[in-house]
Amino acid sequence: MDKKVIVSLRDIFFDYGNEVILNGINLDIYDKEFITLLGPSGCGKTTTLRIIGGFIEPKSGDVFFDSQRINELPPHKRNVNTVFQKYALFPHLNVYDNIAFGLRLKKMSKAEIENKVKHMLAIVDLKGYEKRKINNLSGGQQQRVAIARALVCDPDVVLLDEPLGALDLKLRKDMQIELKKIQQKTKKTFVYVTHDQEEALTMSDRVVVMNNGVIAQIGTPTDIYNEPANAFVADFIGEANIINGVMLDDCRVSILGQELKCVDKGFPKNSPVDVVIRPEDIEVVDPTQSVLVGTVEDTIFKGVHYEMSVKCNKCQWIIHSTVAQKVGDTIGMTVSPDNIHIMPKMFLLPNNEIFTTVLYSDEEANTITISIEDNEIEVPDCYYEEGTKLHIILPPTGLHIAGDGVGDLDEVYIESVIWKGEHNEIILESDERKWLMQSDQDEQVATYVPVSFDFSKATFEVIEGEGEADEN
Amino acid sequence: MKTKKTAYPYLLWMLLFTIVPIGMVIYYAFTDEQGNFTFEMFVNASDYSQVFLYSLWIALISTFICLVLAYPLSFMISRCEEHKQSMIIMFIMVPMWMNFLLRIYAWVLILQNYGPLDTMLNFLGIDITLIGNSGATILGMVYEFLPFMILPIHTVMSKIDNSLIEAAQDLGANKFYVFKNVIFPLSVPGIISGITMVFVPTASTFLVAQYLGGTQFMIGDVIERVFQSDHHTGSAIALVLMVVILGFLVFMNRFGDEEAVGV
Repeated sequence: MDKKVIVSLRDIFFDYGNEVILNGINLDIYDKEFITLLGPSGCGKTTTLRIIGGFIEPKSGDVFFDSQRINELPPHKRNVNTVFQKYALFPHLNVYDNIAFGLRLKKMSKAEIENKVKHMLAIVDLKGYEKRKINNLSGGQQQRVAIARALVCDPDVVLLDEPLGALDLKLRKDMQIELKKIQQKTKKTFVYVTHDQEEALTMSDRVVVMNNGVIAQIGTPTDIYNEPANAFVADFIGEANIINGVMLDDCRVSILGQELKCVDKGFPKNSPVDVVIRPEDIEVVDPTQSVLVGTVEDTIFKGVHYEMSVKCNKCQWIIHSTVAQKVGDTIGMTVSPDNIHIMPKMFLLPNNEIFTTVLYSDEEANTITISIEDNEIEVPDCYYEEGTKLHIILPPTGLHIAGDGVGDLDEVYIESVIWKGEHNEIILESDERKWLMQSDQDEQVATYVPVSFDFSKATFEVIEGEGEADEN
Repeated sequence: MKTKKTAYPYLLWMLLFTIVPIGMVIYYAFTDEQGNFTFEMFVNASDYSQVFLYSLWIALISTFICLVLAYPLSFMISRCEEHKQSMIIMFIMVPMWMNFLLRIYAWVLILQNYGPLDTMLNFLGIDITLIGNSGATILGMVYEFLPFMILPIHTVMSKIDNSLIEAAQDLGANKFYVFKNVIFPLSVPGIISGITMVFVPTASTFLVAQYLGGTQFMIGDVIERVFQSDHHTGSAIALVLMVVILGFLVFMNRFGDEEAVGV
């Protein structure tokens, strides 16, 4: 089926100050589809929406609308309307005048405006509210006025920026269904921004998962849930057990020291991978019938199923099952090969590598000073002569977030935090590179933290010869 | 109950320094020197009706000029970054750190015959009197009270949510319509309080016209002069002025209520 592309983003780059917000966004939005931009806060989804709306211009890259390049076209000339995060209804106008705002600017006749506003009020179920003041409406009603105000202008594309964020849970669920109905009734393209994965799965025809200014995956809700492209998507959408594994060969993966069958092929032999298993795909069997044996630590009744936490080789697993197991019982777990999802590591190396030169050394104190990204860092308990070129291998456990606020590197961005069964695997981004950190604590994604190095866990290697070791 | 007790000093203050003086003004206005009730003082006061109307007219013009100057300026300031905004506002406030009289006297020095401005204009072949007319009075008024117009308008404008402006653009409004349909209506409360804060003092102020206006006194100057010899007539004029200003405030507030819905 050939679908018409209505909005097209090509290699969109956007930064603010030193911070890269969007880095190479390529996206085609089809006519009449409900597409959702999903991601954690700070991933660039709202910026993408604002670029389509015309409120900001991309620093590089192109925006096409119906095959026309519209980078510089101001918002009021775009046939796109937005439902803003906090509605942005005009407080000095009543419901009717808010909805009629766009139509009046189009110089329509009074009768025509009245006709359209009345029709739209019926669609959003607000008949008889024409003369109400905005401040006397409930959150849900304001929401519907905002939707009516955008839709009444008959735009080709409706942009919705977390429009349900301010509503309570019950109302949000109702509005989700209502919004989907309105979209189907009006046959408009909806571009919806949310950080709520459930909302995205419920409403969308297609979901665009974003992380750190790039698109992690585009697909139907089913695709994204069943075949996540990487550990980030798997972690963000639904619940998942994500475990470090090694791909032994095609269709053979090793996790927790056990070999399992899977269906993925094409990975290099013995390459480290992320293994994703959904909690509902794990079957509880007799311990004798499985290689994965664990102890039930916790059982919680969740209505439809029981959520159990199982300890297996130091690793915490989450299992969903309709049958409850007793806490303390030993159980076996099996997963059918097609439910084991193998994905390449987001951080390619198992360790952090640092190439640097010794700036100063102090034989008496047995310390050296090295430079990492223009920060002078003292390394205790080791001695090399000044000018020695070093290759330092720092394991993920050798990094920690400086609790006292003063670190070796001051502002490091937390790019992702993924629970790997026994600890969190955290990917950090400093000015010039990425770091892999292991931590028992949960950290907030998309924030800046100071990071300190623990060189007692590192291995040092002297690089012989000149010019080989550029600073990495 | 606690709040009631802490309010007593303020109530006492109000009683002593607001209610009692107003009561005295009313008493003097309606009595003659022997303390008999009379309307005669208002008949005396009507001698000054010309000055009265002139004062209101000067106040009206000054307020209007202040508004015309302050509105675009406030709009521009409110579009600046926040730290720049507070700096510009501070510069607007700086002259007010100096005494009111000194500032007026500075204008006298600038505008007087053979003063710097006059000399310069003479040099260019323009021979006009800069001081001692209504124009100079209005200039002084505008200079004195401009900050009182800028501050309330700026406060209201800087509070207008940027998303409202974006929403208007989104719905097809170009810059002109964004201003006309969103920014202006939302800034009306600031205009109302700005007008009130400028009109009321300009209508009743004194000394500015004495220094800059030559023989054209304003009603505030008249009240001052009359009071020195005749408390009763002075009170009557003051009372009339108070009633007119009260009427003006009521009118402005009603106008403001209608316009400023929900802000």
